[in-house]
Amino acid sequence: MLAEIKNISFSYEEGHSILRDISFPIDKGQIITILGPNGVGKTTLLNCIANLITPTVGEIMLEGRALNKMSPKEIAMKVAFVPQLIVPSFSYEVLSYVVTGCAPRIGTFEKPKKFHYDIARSALEQMGVTHISHKFYTHISGGERQLASIARALAQRPKIILMDEPTAHLDYGNQIKVLKIIKKVTEDGFSAVITTHNPDHALLLGGKVAALSQNGQFVFGKSEEVISGEFLSMLYDTDLHLYHISDISRDVCVVPTI
Amino acid sequence: MKKSTYALTILLLFVLLFGAALAGICVGRLSTNPMDVLNAIKSKLGIPVDIDEAMEIVVFSIRIPRVLASIIIGAMLSLSGAVYQGVFRNPLVSPDILGVSSGASVGAAGAIMLGMGIAGRQVFAFLGGIIAVIIATAIPRLLKNHSNLMLVLSGIIVGGFLSSLLAIMKFIAEEQTELATIVFWQMGSFANINLKEIFAIGPAFFLGMVLLIGLSWRINILSFGEIEAKTLGMDVKKFRGIIIACASLLTAAAVSISGTVGWIGLVIPHLARLIVGSDHIKMIPVTVLLGAIFMCIIDTMARALMTVEIPLSILTGIIGAPFYALLLYWQKANIS
Repeated sequence: MLAEIKNISFSYEEGHSILRDISFPIDKGQIITILGPNGVGKTTLLNCIANLITPTVGEIMLEGRALNKMSPKEIAMKVAFVPQLIVPSFSYEVLSYVVTGCAPRIGTFEKPKKFHYDIARSALEQMGVTHISHKFYTHISGGERQLASIARALAQRPKIILMDEPTAHLDYGNQIKVLKIIKKVTEDGFSAVITTHNPDHALLLGGKVAALSQNGQFVFGKSEEVISGEFLSMLYDTDLHLYHISDISRDVCVVPTI
Repeated sequence: MKKSTYALTILLLFVLLFGAALAGICVGRLSTNPMDVLNAIKSKLGIPVDIDEAMEIVVFSIRIPRVLASIIIGAMLSLSGAVYQGVFRNPLVSPDILGVSSGASVGAAGAIMLGMGIAGRQVFAFLGGIIAVIIATAIPRLLKNHSNLMLVLSGIIVGGFLSSLLAIMKFIAEEQTELATIVFWQMGSFANINLKEIFAIGPAFFLGMVLLIGLSWRINILSFGEIEAKTLGMDVKKFRGIIIACASLLTAAAVSISGTVGWIGLVIPHLARLIVGSDHIKMIPVTVLLGAIFMCIIDTMARALMTVEIPLSILTGIIGAPFYALLLYWQKANIS
């Protein structure tokens, strides 16, 4: 087990908790998809694992050490975070952006060297987007930005990659492209924890599902075991069905009608 | 931008700086003949030449210190502007807009009223500047609004308040002595600068320069915002604190000897970004050199354009403001 979330709760203000008593393990090479309706705390959970916020109760263990006892640098060597698409104030070249992933391993007054740029280049190659290396971050498409961000996470050489809605704001083709990439990096041995609004993505990715529901209930398990029409209908408070399509031999989540 | 192109750019800027400095040394009221300057230098070196003694004094006691001061101050102000823009991830801020210049001015004016010399003036200017930047960044935090606009508005509030405070100080200052000194200093003139003052700001200049150039890559990371910087393993509060303190130190040192010289801290970083891109590793050295060149040229113009010396702030505004508009046009107003 790489990391363990142990009985964590989180509240922004006293008495109003967002997360309640959540526990699950993160294993090597595993994909965990966090599902749940708006405002239920998916991003909050992800932020706890990234150590951006500290759980009010409980703790997160990373390779046997408590996260809140580790320095930002130590954590950054093991956990990478891909935030939701942002528009930066300044436009950097994609390669200069990706190389910042090496930051935890570069001294305070040092600057990235050829070695680090090579790591960044190979990360972009893994994403299949070497052609954007010298383009400006503000001049590439949303899909390419997401891939550049994931490349930066790879350049960080972490054990776990956290992604906050990696498919948000992307067209359908790019969504699938990003999902494929996520699956690929987990096959390469990285663990991935992602949040998504699309339950079908959890089905496509396989792996585990961590579902947060409105009433504070938390369910964790294999995606094909947890996800059912009934469960999704409860989770999203909408009539949802799961159908098995034999042509593609997988379950698909659909809405009967609107 | 390729490495070789970048090296060439830096080289070219050094040549330009050298040229601007040379022109600055040659231009003045007494004589604008480069031969006279050459002779003055020769005579200083002990080579016997036929020379007006006044010229030697002018070159070594007035023109060279002045050119040096303009170069150092131009470099300081534009570097601090670039750094503020980077850490606040906001291309709209500068030492003036954040109120740091006004804070430093209030501090320096206070030191003058207390009868302090250049060292005390620097310390007070630094304290004033730091307090100003702390308040200017606290207002958006209190209002929980972290937009670019909010920080600019907050800076305007702080700057406006401090300018009025400065006006009150002038109002109550002793007319014959203190007021004259404050007014003279505040107009941003290098006319009375001497080597002693330049040496006095030397430590601030080197400290700020070395630390900020050393941390330039970290500024890239900070400019992505707090979340990304933290998840990349940076102690955001510590780094941001050190970097803002350095930038404020540079601004304060500049203000303590030359008063507020506007625009340069806003305009020059934009020009640098236009030339070499946003990567602070490349952009910061270019900003420093451009600022030095720009200020040196402006100061030379201030001395040479009219029989009466034009205050620097007037010239930086008259040249800087339209130039900024032009830069925005070139950048296609690519600011969000």
